[in-house]
Amino acid sequence: MPESTSTLENGAKPHPGRHFTIIEPGRTASNYWRDLWRFRELFLVLAWRDVTVRYKQSIIGVGWALIRPLLTMVVFTVIFGRIAGLPSPGGVPYTIMVFAAMLPWFLFSSLLGDASGSVAGAGGMISKIYYPRLINPFAKSIVSLIDFSISLALLAVLMVAYAFAPDWRVLFLPVFILLAVAAAMGPALLLAALNVRYRDFRFIVPFIIQFGLYVSPVGFSSAVVPEAWRWVYGLNPLVAVIEGFRWCLLRGEAQLGLWVLPGLGVVALMMWAGLAYFKRTERTFADVI
Amino acid sequence: MNSDVAISVENLSKVYRIMGATKPPDTFRDALVGAGASFGKKLAALAKGDAYAAIGGDMEDFWALKDVSFEVKRGEAVGVIGRNGAGKSTLLKILSRITEPTEGRVRINGRVASLLEVGTGFHDELTGRENIFLNGAILGMSRAEIRAKFDEIVAFSGVEKFIDTPVKRYSSGMRVRLAFAVAAHLEPEILIVDEVLAVGDAEFQKKCLGKMQDVSGEGRTVFFVSHNLSAVKRLCSSGILLSNGAVRVPLGHLGNVIDVYQAEMKPASEGNDFPYLGDNEFGSIEIWCFEIVRSSNSDSSDADILQIKGLAKRKKSTPINVGVDVFTADGEHLLRSMCTDSQEFIDSNGVEGDFHIKLSMPLNLINNGSYKVRLISSAHQAGWLIPPGEGPALTLWVDRLFNVSPYWTRARPGLIAPQLSWLDS
Ligand SMILES: Nc1ncnc2c1ncn2[C@@H]1O[C@H](COP(=O)(O)OP(=O)(O)O)[C@@H](O)[C@H]1O
Ligand SMILES: [Mg+2]
Repeated sequence: MPESTSTLENGAKPHPGRHFTIIEPGRTASNYWRDLWRFRELFLVLAWRDVTVRYKQSIIGVGWALIRPLLTMVVFTVIFGRIAGLPSPGGVPYTIMVFAAMLPWFLFSSLLGDASGSVAGAGGMISKIYYPRLINPFAKSIVSLIDFSISLALLAVLMVAYAFAPDWRVLFLPVFILLAVAAAMGPALLLAALNVRYRDFRFIVPFIIQFGLYVSPVGFSSAVVPEAWRWVYGLNPLVAVIEGFRWCLLRGEAQLGLWVLPGLGVVALMMWAGLAYFKRTERTFADVI
Repeated sequence: MNSDVAISVENLSKVYRIMGATKPPDTFRDALVGAGASFGKKLAALAKGDAYAAIGGDMEDFWALKDVSFEVKRGEAVGVIGRNGAGKSTLLKILSRITEPTEGRVRINGRVASLLEVGTGFHDELTGRENIFLNGAILGMSRAEIRAKFDEIVAFSGVEKFIDTPVKRYSSGMRVRLAFAVAAHLEPEILIVDEVLAVGDAEFQKKCLGKMQDVSGEGRTVFFVSHNLSAVKRLCSSGILLSNGAVRVPLGHLGNVIDVYQAEMKPASEGNDFPYLGDNEFGSIEIWCFEIVRSSNSDSSDADILQIKGLAKRKKSTPINVGVDVFTADGEHLLRSMCTDSQEFIDSNGVEGDFHIKLSMPLNLINNGSYKVRLISSAHQAGWLIPPGEGPALTLWVDRLFNVSPYWTRARPGLIAPQLSWLDS
C-alpha cells in the first residue's frame, strides 16, 4: 500500500485505503513541510479570524492602525525636528523621514509582539486538535501586515500633502518589507516556543521592543553614528531594514553601506535558530501547555 | 496491514514528565537559578525544552499509557471505558496526533476526524455563521464542504434566528448546540470522540447521539469515550477497559467490559472512601477528610462549618480549585460555591500542597431541611479533578429559627429562606 501520511485531507470524499497514517515516536518531524502545506486552509481561516476580530469594530480597529504611527510621528517631529533641531538631509521633509522609518519599526514590533504570544494564546486549540503549530505565529502576523498596509497608505497621503514623490527606488520596497518580516519572525518563533513552557518570556518582548527603539534609526539618522562604530551598530538588523525603507521611499536619502551586512547575518541566524527550536519543541506543546 | 482493520495499535506507551518532590520550573528564571546541574548542563537541557532536567533530575516519569495494543475493525464502534485518569484521553490524543507516543506504533487506515471538545476555536466576537466556518475548518472540513452543508448545520443547531449575532450573546446552551451541529456534520471514515456528550441538555444530547448512531450505521468506525454508560451501550457494540494506563479488559464484547468496570467502580462510588483521588493533566488532588466540624443547628450562631483537608499538586500553572455543590432533598441543585470566590484563595492561587480549609454555610439563607453537600474540584477553568456528582458527599441538616418567634420552626415555602430586612418608612 502506498504510504501517504494524512489525517484530515480537506475536501476529499472517503476513499477507503487512500489515507494511511503511521504514528510513531519522532515521526511528525519527517513529513513536516508537506504537512504544513496540507493545512494551508486552516492557516487562511485562522488569519481571517484574527483579521475579522481585529477590524470587527472597524472604527477602533482601523483607527488604532492609523493613530499609533501618527501620534508617534508627531512626537518625534516635535521633539527631534523642532526642539533638538536634528537635520533632515536632502530636503526631505522631517515628518516624511521619520514616518518612512516608523513604518518598518511598527511592522517589526507588532509582528514580534503578536507572533511571540500566539502559541501560548492558542492553548485550547493546541491541546484539542492536531495541526502544524507553525500556523499560529504566521496566521497572527497577517494582522500586522494589514495594519502595515494601512500605515503605508497613510504615508502616501502625507507624501501628497508635502508634495514629495519617491522615485524608481520605491520598486525595491517589497524586498525590505520581507526583510522586516524575517527580522521579526526569527526571534518571534524562538520566543513563541519558549513562551509555551516558560511563561516569563512574555516579559522579554516589551523590553526588546523598548530597547530596540533606542538603537534603531527611527527618530534619528544613522549619519549621527561615528564611522568607527558603524559595524557594531550594523549588527542590529533593523538598521538595514529602516535605512532600506528610507532608501526606497526618500529617493535614496539613506545611510546604506557594507556595514549593514552583519545585520543580515543576524536575521538569517535568528531565523534558523527560531525555526529549529520551534520545530524541535512543537511536538511537546500539547503536553506542557 | 489487513485492509479491513481501521486502527491498529501496537505496544503503545506514553510518558509524561511530572514534578517530583520539587515544584517544576514554570518560569525561565526558576529553571536557571534552581539548584542542581551545572549551568552549562542546564542550558543544554533547556535547549531541549526539558525544564525538569534543568533543575537537576528532580522529575518523575509518569506512564499515562503502558503497552496498549488492540485492533479496531472497519465499521466497528468501540466504547473506551475507564475511571478518571485511566488514560482514555491520552490514547485519543495520540490517535489524533495531538501528542506523540513515547513508544509503540499506531497505524490508521482512513480519514480521521477527532472531536475532543465541542466548539474548539469558537470566538466570542464572531457571529454564529462565522464560527461555523471557523470551527468547521478547525475540525478539518474544507470551505466548500462547509458551504454545502451550511443550511443543514444551521437547521440542526436550531439557532437560525441568531445566526448573524455574535456568539457572545448566545446562552451557553445555544453555543453548545451550534458547536455540536458543526461536529455532527463531519464525514470521516473514522470518528474519535471524547466525553463531549457531557455538555448540553438531555434533549440535545439525545439528538446528537442519534446523529452519531447514523454515522456508525453508515459503516464508519467510531472510537468513543464517555462516562455515560447508557450512551456507550446505545452506540457501541464492543468495548475496551483501561485502568492505570494499561488494558484491563481487551477489546471485545461491550457487555463483558461494562460488567468488569461496574464491579470495580462500586467500592469507590458507595459512601465516602478516603482518601478520595482526583487527577487530570493540570494537577492532582487527594481528599483526606470532608466533614462538618461545627453544626450550629438551633443555637444562635449563623453558620455550619464544613472542613476539607487534603493534598493538592499542580502540574502546570493552572490553580486548583475546591468547592461544593449543594442539593436539596428533592435533588434540586441549590448552589455551587468555590474557594476562589474568596479573595484569600485568589491571592494564594487556589489550594496547593497540604491544605486545610473551612467553609461556613450561610444559615440565614438556607431553608430548613436536609441537604446533600458534594465536594467538587477543578483545575481552574481547565478541567475537573473531581467532577460534579462524583466526589464525597455529606448530609447537612438545617433546623433553624427564622426569627425571634419560637413558633415558626418548620420549613418555609420556597427553595431558600433568606433573612431579609423589613423597614418601616
Ligand atoms: N499533559 C499532561 N502532563 C502531565 N500529566 C498528564 C498530562 N495529560 C494527562 N496526564 C496524566 O495522565 C493520566 C491519564 O490522563 P487522561 O488520559 O486524561 O485520563 P482519562 O481521560 O482516562 O481520565 C492522568 O493521571 C493525568 O493526570
Ligand atoms: Mg479524559
